[in-house]
Amino acid sequence: MKIKKHSTRESIDGYLFILPWLIGFLGLNLIPMVATLILGFTEYDMLSKPEFVGLSNFIRMFTDDVRYWKSVKATLYFAFVSVPVRLVFALFVAMMLHNNRRGTYFYRALYYAPSVVGSSVAVAVMWREIFGPDGLLNSILANFGLPSDTAWLGDPRFAIWTLILLVVWQFGSPMLIFLAGLKQIPIDLYESSSIDGAGPVRQFFRITLPMLTPIFLFNLIMQMITGFTAFTQAFIVTNGQGTPLDTTNFYALYLYTRAFESFQMGYGSAMAIVLLIAVALFTGLIFKSSPMWVHYESE
Amino acid sequence: MVEVNRSKRTRNTILYHTLVIIIGIFMIYPILWLGGSSLKPDGEIWTRMSSIFPLKPTLEHYLDGWKGFGNISFSIFYKNTAIISVVTTLALVFSSAFIAYGFARLHFPLKKFWFACMLATLMLPLQIQLIPQYIMFSKLHWINSFKPIIVPSFFGRAFYIFMIVQFIRGVPRSLDEAAEIDGCNRFKTFFSIIMPLCTPAMITAAIFAFYWSWGEFLMPLIYLNKPKLYTISLALRSFSDPSGQTDWGAIYAMSFLSLLPVFAIFIALQKYLIEGISTEGLKG
Repeated sequence: MKIKKHSTRESIDGYLFILPWLIGFLGLNLIPMVATLILGFTEYDMLSKPEFVGLSNFIRMFTDDVRYWKSVKATLYFAFVSVPVRLVFALFVAMMLHNNRRGTYFYRALYYAPSVVGSSVAVAVMWREIFGPDGLLNSILANFGLPSDTAWLGDPRFAIWTLILLVVWQFGSPMLIFLAGLKQIPIDLYESSSIDGAGPVRQFFRITLPMLTPIFLFNLIMQMITGFTAFTQAFIVTNGQGTPLDTTNFYALYLYTRAFESFQMGYGSAMAIVLLIAVALFTGLIFKSSPMWVHYESE
Repeated sequence: MVEVNRSKRTRNTILYHTLVIIIGIFMIYPILWLGGSSLKPDGEIWTRMSSIFPLKPTLEHYLDGWKGFGNISFSIFYKNTAIISVVTTLALVFSSAFIAYGFARLHFPLKKFWFACMLATLMLPLQIQLIPQYIMFSKLHWINSFKPIIVPSFFGRAFYIFMIVQFIRGVPRSLDEAAEIDGCNRFKTFFSIIMPLCTPAMITAAIFAFYWSWGEFLMPLIYLNKPKLYTISLALRSFSDPSGQTDWGAIYAMSFLSLLPVFAIFIALQKYLIEGISTEGLKG
């Protein structure tokens, strides 16, 4: 191992510059995280002292809490459907808007617009009105003479799909990142392959897609974490209940209910620990699998 | 032959623009619908539901909605939200730029380790620190004040720090060196040379920070329980509670109104956002 010499003055300055972050990291990230790891093994209602209960929170969670499993199921379903659909859609639109035609710039802004307000309460409220029993969607269906009495938000088959649609609609950030990636692909790759007679479809699968895989990896991980922790939309659209029949009671929503409505801080912490492990596990799996599908230029 | 090609190309261009515009209209239709509906008189909301255009536009829903609920008008909610958003945005952007300079330019022991820690916090689910933070802030008697939402922003945030680090790495080092030869210490170099050059990155960061703090819901939900302290997000949630309020027009109006500052900034500064990200490439 090489030991680099640092000048003392520079080291002190360096630490002075990162000091605000360091304080925040210790006080707002690291210590709370360790505290969560401890609280998960206690019962704590914030009125009396935390009481150590061993694994009982986890045992209760896994063996005795039907709503817990429903929230796991709802969250996985939501993440596994919405993330791939959102990414594919983002890639499709990025391909469509990656050119030097006139107006491209305007179009990018237009397609990005819903994402700007995406996670706001106002948009979630709007969504509730669109899919409500007397809402916009049913009204449009009625205009076309189609059945218009579906309770989109009240029917366990459809409710989660309205939320999936809401997040797919906000594909703006991954779209911009794909655009950045598309810009980096050397143009001569396409030129030489079209001399070899490759058509656009072949070029997409042979050049564009492989070249974008590192960006896909990045998007996939970030989007997965967002998917696992989805909260606001479900909270507003279902009025904090995760209705119907807990089909939209996402993990973060259920954790919130336990910790901040019932003040079961120990149980909430235990849920947070499992969430952290799940995120770490999925991130690890994605990374582990990446040599099989991510293409790096040095190859 | 050339003529045929040209007309084919024109046809393709028209086809392309038509397609992109149709999908685009589909994309923003819900938002236009919300805006249009907020201007419709009561009757029209139901009779012409799917239309974007009100026949007899009226501002009555805005006047009704602005009155708020429980004797607290939306002017209070806007004031609360403005205080939180402006302070957190400024604090986040300046602290993040300051921290970013340290990571981007200076050499010190364990730098790589701390930088890796910082990137790791990008991937931490918020829930893992939420409960102890809440306990800590309640011990400090900060519940029902803006402090739990505002104070953390003074310590920078990984997303913005990383973004500005990337930007500073693109600034020629010779500028720092020249400043040092001129007798600037590192703080002076940062404030008088590097920070001004970082303006584009800081504006991009500011736009994001403003969007997120303007729309933030979970933090206010946890920390602000008194209606007088509500942000717009919380107010809209109570205002549109399906078990109470049935004045749809007012709900549409207040929802749409809350989106306007965000759209205004988006339209004014979209260059920084869309150029900034689609050339640099960052988080999703």
